[in-house]
Amino acid sequence: MTSLFVILSSEASIMNTNATNSESSPIQSGRRARLSLADWMPKIVMAPTMIVTLVCIYGYMIWTAILSFTNSRMLPSYDFVGFDQYERLFNNDRWIVSLTNLGVFGGLFILICLFLGVVLAIFLDQKIRAEGAIRTIYLYPMAISFIVTGTAWKWLLNPTNGLEKMMVNLGFEDFKFDWLINPDMVVYCLVIAAVWQASGFVMALFLAGLRGVDSDLIKAAHLDGANTFTTYRRIILPSLKPVFFSALVILSHIAIKSFDLVAALTNGGPGYSSDLPANFMYAHTFTRSQVGLGSASAMIMLGCVLAILIPYLYSELRGERHE
Amino acid sequence: MSNHTVGRKTSGLDKVLRFALYAVLIIVAAFYLMPFVVMLITSLKDVEEIRTGTLLSLPTSLHFDSWSKAWSGACTGSSCEGISPYLMNSFQIVIPAVVISTLLGAINGYVISLWKFRGSDIFFAALLVGCFIPFQVILLPMARTLGWLGIANTTMGLVFVHVIYGLAFTTLFFRNFYQSIPNELVKAARLDGAGFFTIFYRIILPVSTPIIVVTVIWQFTQVWNDFLFGVAFSGFDTQPVTVALNNLVNTSFGGKEYNVDMAAAIIAALPTLAVYVFAGKYFVRGLTAGAVKG
Repeated sequence: MTSLFVILSSEASIMNTNATNSESSPIQSGRRARLSLADWMPKIVMAPTMIVTLVCIYGYMIWTAILSFTNSRMLPSYDFVGFDQYERLFNNDRWIVSLTNLGVFGGLFILICLFLGVVLAIFLDQKIRAEGAIRTIYLYPMAISFIVTGTAWKWLLNPTNGLEKMMVNLGFEDFKFDWLINPDMVVYCLVIAAVWQASGFVMALFLAGLRGVDSDLIKAAHLDGANTFTTYRRIILPSLKPVFFSALVILSHIAIKSFDLVAALTNGGPGYSSDLPANFMYAHTFTRSQVGLGSASAMIMLGCVLAILIPYLYSELRGERHE
Repeated sequence: MSNHTVGRKTSGLDKVLRFALYAVLIIVAAFYLMPFVVMLITSLKDVEEIRTGTLLSLPTSLHFDSWSKAWSGACTGSSCEGISPYLMNSFQIVIPAVVISTLLGAINGYVISLWKFRGSDIFFAALLVGCFIPFQVILLPMARTLGWLGIANTTMGLVFVHVIYGLAFTTLFFRNFYQSIPNELVKAARLDGAGFFTIFYRIILPVSTPIIVVTVIWQFTQVWNDFLFGVAFSGFDTQPVTVALNNLVNTSFGGKEYNVDMAAAIIAALPTLAVYVFAGKYFVRGLTAGAVKG
């Protein structure tokens, strides 16, 4: 690394002299100057990142794609078996459970976060006293690792000593809360913890968006006799559409790659009832010696992300060109 | 936003609404604070009090034993040295990873916004995809590569991985920041004979402090809170604190010591929480940088 920097900076000094020379020479030599080191420097500097991106993002993606068509077990092998792994994947109950969980978890997580985010942002935008302090409290979970979040909620939702006991002691003697050990309900525990962690962030996004709305527009609406509610519904919220889509993309991304929360909160249990695709992938690739199957599941996850990301990036880039 | 009061009178209804608004905001704040408060209370109780009391019952006297045990005595899988060694591991991974990825991000952003070349925009778009891929897609090939390079299960290997997959974000941050610097500035400096690096050091870096702070905080939080790379690529003695915490919580020899678990969790969260408390403004800016009109 250091030697690379030395080379780069020595070249920079060469380039310096080149640049001054070409400036002092007549205009005709401009074409020659275009081929000088000065023009290569940006490319040289970017080269490490470009190589790393090509190899470690795109190359590895292709590698994983290839592995998903082989019968690799503990170590990668290159005996191609066509779509067998995908077929096995979708005949695998644990995968179906994890995919269903992702649907339930992701859907609820995104909806609740968006709803809370918008509502809290609008509430906080009403010239609230101590807004800064409240905002800080809402957002701090985002600074914490999902492992810490999982540890905390595992204790809170624990049926013997957690919330259930607290409510029973408060006099609600029939209060029952055993979601964490109930295979049908455990996925909602993931939702609770994840919403706690990320909803404040969505609030911050929307609040930043609200602060960016053209205040003349709002004044005009008020002059036209619109009340606060109508102003929000008709003018402010529609102008937050880009924020809404950004939040949607970020939240679905968080949902699809969720791995640590499950590891810390439920470890996939009871049984494998709270597994998400990321946990399935990890278990099969690294502990169950099913590299082919694990790779196939990783490719499906990539497919999910791209299905959301490509339309988003497409509309973003088109929007930028229009501006 | 509504910093104007067009024909507004404080009626009785307004007062009620306002009261309700504050009530809701405070209840929600309690929801966000509760887990942390419960963690803190639990960490200060002894095991007996945990069994007899409830989540929010206060400890009769403050027990700091669980904190010292979490720090230097609790068992995390194979060894029983508490989580302090792993806290150090995390720092050893985070510091170089943050410095290198921020530096590279700055120079990449500088090129992409001020020294455009043919294909640099396409490359930027390709890099952006790197912000979003699920890392499961690169996990196994990366594990093989680290093996070949001889840095599997080492701190250096983890630094390497974090730098590579942090570059997309750091580049994005700097590129967006440098977009606002007029091209003419660079052109004028070039006419004066300044080269690529001179312009970077003398003109660009001095105005970059805010974005450097944002990027460093972002990367620090990301790398510190990482679990996936930590669990996949670290060895027993190079585990980051998140992995050690998870092992500690899920290792149960004999009775479960929730007070120790909670103390360990707070210790693991403190560095990023401290960053958030002291530099919250920049933390939020990093979070929203990519999202609100990047």
